[in-house]
Amino acid sequence: MELNEFFYQHYWWFLISLLGALLVFLLFVQGGQTLFSAVAKKPIEKTMLVNSLGRKWEFTFTTLVVFGGAFFASFPLFYSTSFGGAYWLWMAILFSFIIQAVSYEYRSKKGNLLGTKVYDIFLLINGFVGIILLGIAVGTFFTGADFRIDKNNLMDVSMPVISTWQNPSHGLEAIVDWRNLLLGVTVFFLARVQASLYFMNNIDDDTIYIRCRRQVLYNAIPFVVLFLTFVAVTLLSDGYEFADGSSEIYVRPYKYFFNLVEMPWVAVLFLAGVASVLYAIIRAAFATKWRLGIWFSGIGTVLVVLSLFFLAGYNNTPYYPSATDMQSSLTIYNSSSSLFTLEVMSVVSLLLPFVLGYIFYAWRAMDRAPITELEMESGEHKY
Amino acid sequence: MNDLFSVVDWSRAQFALTAMYHWLFVPLTLGLGLIVSIMETIYYRTGDESWKRITKFWMTLFGVNFAIGVATGIILEFQFGTNWSNYSWFVGDIFGAPLAIEGIMAFFMESTFIAIMFFGWNKVSKRAHLAATWLTVIGATISALWILVANAWMQYPVGMKFNPDTVRNEMFSFWEVVSSPVAVNKFFHTVTSGWVLGGIFVMSVSAWYILKNREMNLAKRSMKVGAWVGLVGMLIVAYTGDGSAFQVAEKQPMKLAAMEGVYHGEKGQGLVAFGILNPEKKSYADNEDAFLFEIKVPKLLSILATRQVDGFVPGINDIINGGYVTKNLAGDEIVAPSVMEKMAKGKKAVEALSAYKKAQKQGDEEAMIAAGKALDENYEYFGYGYVTDPSQVIPPVPYVFYAFHVMITLGCYFLLLFIVVLWLIRKDRLYKMKWMLWVCVISLPIAYICLESGWIVAEMGRQPWVIESIMPTFAAISKIGAANVQTTFWMFAALFTVLLIAEVGIMVKQIKKGTEQK
Repeated sequence: MELNEFFYQHYWWFLISLLGALLVFLLFVQGGQTLFSAVAKKPIEKTMLVNSLGRKWEFTFTTLVVFGGAFFASFPLFYSTSFGGAYWLWMAILFSFIIQAVSYEYRSKKGNLLGTKVYDIFLLINGFVGIILLGIAVGTFFTGADFRIDKNNLMDVSMPVISTWQNPSHGLEAIVDWRNLLLGVTVFFLARVQASLYFMNNIDDDTIYIRCRRQVLYNAIPFVVLFLTFVAVTLLSDGYEFADGSSEIYVRPYKYFFNLVEMPWVAVLFLAGVASVLYAIIRAAFATKWRLGIWFSGIGTVLVVLSLFFLAGYNNTPYYPSATDMQSSLTIYNSSSSLFTLEVMSVVSLLLPFVLGYIFYAWRAMDRAPITELEMESGEHKY
Repeated sequence: MNDLFSVVDWSRAQFALTAMYHWLFVPLTLGLGLIVSIMETIYYRTGDESWKRITKFWMTLFGVNFAIGVATGIILEFQFGTNWSNYSWFVGDIFGAPLAIEGIMAFFMESTFIAIMFFGWNKVSKRAHLAATWLTVIGATISALWILVANAWMQYPVGMKFNPDTVRNEMFSFWEVVSSPVAVNKFFHTVTSGWVLGGIFVMSVSAWYILKNREMNLAKRSMKVGAWVGLVGMLIVAYTGDGSAFQVAEKQPMKLAAMEGVYHGEKGQGLVAFGILNPEKKSYADNEDAFLFEIKVPKLLSILATRQVDGFVPGINDIINGGYVTKNLAGDEIVAPSVMEKMAKGKKAVEALSAYKKAQKQGDEEAMIAAGKALDENYEYFGYGYVTDPSQVIPPVPYVFYAFHVMITLGCYFLLLFIVVLWLIRKDRLYKMKWMLWVCVISLPIAYICLESGWIVAEMGRQPWVIESIMPTFAAISKIGAANVQTTFWMFAALFTVLLIAEVGIMVKQIKKGTEQK
């Protein structure tokens, strides 16, 4: 294997991991959509919550789309295998995001056909279903999926499909796997914690602040318990592995635990991320006027998710294990685009700091002054 | 095999449904976005508050349309994986890159600056706000660029080579993919058709206000901007449309034959200005006439397609039977092979790949080289290896023919409309001519028909190829039961229809409300 190809495959797995991590952080929008009734008791309070999230939902949405596009470009065999196989899982995720995309803009507008309540239910569905199913989809990076890949099928002109799913549920089976569900529900509570922290930062209203502070604690408890359970289950489970320079895949007990040991820098990232999230939770839950929780929790979330993706894809680990045909499992080597395409894409990826720069500028410009009741009543564009 | 075709049909139907819905909203985003940006620029330069009010009015409508464009767009990207998984592997190395670049370069730009555009009036400076508005529409246009680069590549695959080791096509020249003449033409043709729709939309709403004697300042000013944007857009659409026809003639002759309903080609081929297809014509091989009635402009198709008065334009039967002189993709003159010959070459290519893999497994390098050579020699027609009957390579002629003629006729109508409206504005007569204002109002649904027709020509006209000559739709799919796709098809149909009705309802209410403050 050429060093170049090795480098770019790792680089693109890093970028995919980064996009995935940013996506999980930005799921605070979805988490917030499930908190409206718990945090807002008056219409104006709800208006503030909706508008606070409504100015951010597109970041989450866009990150999801870019995550998909980047996966397609860098690891097309995953795109082909997972999306084409786990059809219903991905379709359900997409439906939940389609209904979100119109809900903010349409919910309070006259002539919207369905009425505000229905659009709010759409947001609620996206909040629950979108997060949990995305968590389940990521869970399959550790628990595997039922697929088989045979590139020779292309020569069978009557059925030339190379990736085939091995059960008729087409992704629904992933939802009933308790380990996937565990991750899905963990991400759900994390998103609610982050949403509470975000509201505390973004809305200038004492009542909302106090209620959100309470929500941080209520959601942090199940989150921490579920998260630790998921980590324990994952680190203690068997995983697939292949030797350097070989494509032969075999089972290694405690694979992910050994990944952590053999990549101590990932362990450092992981622990730093966990510490940062816990610090944000504890301080926000007990301080009276601390608004920076979302940043600590956000950075911590990004670090933890990054480290989980690294555990899934680095250190000779197939990131998409096949439960029915071990040798079909996807690795960053056997599923990537060609060296040339990865190189071209890598040049384009140099734009990312610039992109992050203008997002930071826009975010700062918009959030310089938190949302207030006064602004909501001013008659400017609002949801 | 039957189930396979059923899955193909449903997958195609689903993609067509979602693309056609998406294509209802994207052109307005492109066109109205440009118009809003121009209006805000006028406000920025003049400081005239009424221009700010006008900008904000159209911006509200832009926002309503933008949201549903986003909602319908996400599914398109993911459908390449969910419904066209074989395609995703076979050409993902080339096709994935534009999609990812679209996300990095365009989507973030749009989603970031649209927030400032709507909520930043009192939060950032006037100049920064104007920049945000322009960057939003530039982001949308860049997004269109990359997706059209990807689409153009499917119609004219360049810059790639098949790798038998990985069993996929791999990119060797990104520049060839990006700068493909088809991509460049397609980009300008598509984006400026959005300007035309934007212009018509603004004219239509403005005309309605004038008829109701409401919002006169907004309506008169907007009418002028809309008509100018529409005219400029239409001129570029016409120019690039001519370029498109020439490229189609060179690179996708079967599509051109279907667009014009030509079965038997000739030198000095006329262009059908108006025609009614003969429904009894069931096959290219029967002796039925193609038309019940037709009016032709002599020699015009030859001129448009070959730039020569007596140039030869092949018909469907000529392409099926081959034997005429044409140019290959490299530009060399050749005698066109028949579809049967192409099918034979395609089968040789598939067999050569099979032999290559077998030799590879056995470690027989000599056999691998021989098989690789045979594969290279025949790869140009690889997709024909999956074709079992020559009739499979003919697109559905009635859809393509009528859609093409509707598009052309309406395009000419819009060009005339913009010129007449601008002339009447100049003479200060438009606002008194009620019938002309009604013409502007009813032109809006007609513009949508025109745009959707263009999409049908481009996409149905290239059937059965998902990648021209390399991969037919029936080799590109995911292996899932037809019932799954059928179910999601109806789910999308119901959801998008409801959302469309909601969008139109909101638009109508907003327009009726005008610029009144609450």
